[in-house]
Amino acid sequence: MNVASTDRLLEVRGLRLFYRTSNGVLQAVDEVDLDLPRNRSVVIVGESGCGKSSLSRALLRLLPRNIAAFDGEVLLGGTDIMKLSDERFRKEVRWIRLGFVPQAAMNTLNPVIKIGEQIHEPLLLHRRARTKAEADAKAREAFQMVGLPTDFLDRYPFELSGGMRQRVAIAMALVMEPDLILLDEPTSALDVLTQANVMNLLKRVKAAVKTSFILITHDIATSSELADDAAVMYAGQMVEWSDAGRFYLEPLHPYSKMLMASVPTLREDKELAFIPGQPPSLINPPTGCRFKDRCPARFAKCDEAPPMFDTADGRKVRCWLHE
Amino acid sequence: MNEESAKGALLDVRGLRTHFELRRFGFLRVGSVKAVDGISFSLAQGEAVAVVGESGCGKSTLVKTLLGIHPPTEGEIIFNGRDISSFDAATLKWYRSQIGYVQQDPYGALPPFMPAHRILEEPLIINGVKDPSERAERIRVALTEVKLTPIEDVLHKFPHMLSGGQQQRLVIARAMILNPKLILADEPVSMLDASVRVEILQILRRLQETHNIGVIYITHDLSTVRYFSERIFVMYGGKLIEHASVRDLVHHPSHPYTQALLEAISDPDPVNATHMKKVPAGEPPSLLNPPPGCRFHPRCPEFMPGVCDVEDPPYFFPRPDHHTACFLYRDEARTNPM
Repeated sequence: MNVASTDRLLEVRGLRLFYRTSNGVLQAVDEVDLDLPRNRSVVIVGESGCGKSSLSRALLRLLPRNIAAFDGEVLLGGTDIMKLSDERFRKEVRWIRLGFVPQAAMNTLNPVIKIGEQIHEPLLLHRRARTKAEADAKAREAFQMVGLPTDFLDRYPFELSGGMRQRVAIAMALVMEPDLILLDEPTSALDVLTQANVMNLLKRVKAAVKTSFILITHDIATSSELADDAAVMYAGQMVEWSDAGRFYLEPLHPYSKMLMASVPTLREDKELAFIPGQPPSLINPPTGCRFKDRCPARFAKCDEAPPMFDTADGRKVRCWLHE
Repeated sequence: MNEESAKGALLDVRGLRTHFELRRFGFLRVGSVKAVDGISFSLAQGEAVAVVGESGCGKSTLVKTLLGIHPPTEGEIIFNGRDISSFDAATLKWYRSQIGYVQQDPYGALPPFMPAHRILEEPLIINGVKDPSERAERIRVALTEVKLTPIEDVLHKFPHMLSGGQQQRLVIARAMILNPKLILADEPVSMLDASVRVEILQILRRLQETHNIGVIYITHDLSTVRYFSERIFVMYGGKLIEHASVRDLVHHPSHPYTQALLEAISDPDPVNATHMKKVPAGEPPSLLNPPPGCRFHPRCPEFMPGVCDVEDPPYFFPRPDHHTACFLYRDEARTNPM
């Protein structure tokens, strides 16, 4: 198995993350499969409540207490990290092989500790640097890569603007040289120009280091900036997986098509459409296809749950139309 | 500058400034944040304009000044021929019955302890609609117009029982309940999902057209603008640096800042992943001590030393009715050729 998966960095099989709530079990991530080669980036798009942030938490094992089910297989470079104990996961995987850039990075930095010290911490804790001077050298390197002046290392987070803090968060993930960086809505709290600058930065980083990215976002237009592959989540399930080249031009799943039609475009004249109805509750999701109640192409077969079909041209889609 | 402020204008804003005074050491004055610094425009009855700009450019302060929440430091606001910039209690009450406000965060804007029918009834009670059956009828009409149906299901629900899109529709219904002449919408769709966003914009657009309401739509997202308004105002550093019709501005952006703003916006296209965007680095200026001259000059790729950093650029007209506050066009007409 290890031999076959040399270029496979991440393989996820049947990952489930269910939460216990007072109304019942909420199926936030339901049987998600994912394949990601090295040095490639995938964007996962979906609306709020589709389970995309839960997926990133499941991969990083940053879980709340009310877990009802958490299982599946996650192979990172051939080892099943789901089988590791929490302590080994902390020591060997999280932040070392799996980096994370959280949503609204402005609120994730400790306000009373200088930025430099916050970047040194993982380096020293995980013994990537033996001395403070060594850690500082690495922090400077990471700051140069994300385009921040190195004297910012001596500042406190509140002295930096939102875009700068987002760069700090990216530098913090980069400094450990992880195999894979998960970005959860890294630019949604930023202004348009800053957003474009951060996207430029991510593209540059991606070309410079051999890191893979998983970008989780609801912003379909911006997601195209970084995508090699694109995946769509709906109601806790992955409904489409495709290479970016075809996804943005002709998505397959009816949901992806309608989502794409609802994206306003600046340069192109098109009639905007919206998706009537609301996503189903994840506490008692409907049987069969979860999109069937909002789907214009619904037919008899949709009452059965569709599996993920492989199309002839190598894409994947969870819809009976592509059986 | 006021040649365009026609007699029939619904809203006429002249030289509006809103500064926030900082007092750090007792009575010693330290300075002020010039959030809105000299803005003039006029809005015709039934016209929709969009104000775009990044956070901190003063667009929300502009809305709050127009709503009478922040008193203007200087300048005039003339609504329907009546000068309301004094904001005395009687004028304000009349003025606020004529305008509607759609907030950014619908959940934060709705009182959590009131069911939908109370939320909609309150403005009617305050503004003297005494007949309960008339109030019920107007609530019904407002809910139908924003497509919050079936009405009976919604009437007794509290805001937390509604989805984000439904909450925003309730906010719009509340803004519409007094049949206003003007609606101020501050980022009405930025907190909503893409699939809902379009529907809310279409509802607003239809209300604007059927009732002939003026709308000022504040947003940071230029790509939604063309589906909604006739004109775009671009704000930077508390000033209106460019305004033109939507089509003109999108196809012929003149100000370097507007050009960068347009460049920064992505359309969903796989080609994007292969090239870098040409956007200026840096941050918008501090409004406490804005740079002299054009406020964009420290970031501007076309910066002309000795020109841009000396004098505040006036409006030039590179195309008819296309106002651009940029010295690149100093050879063009100084008055509107329209």
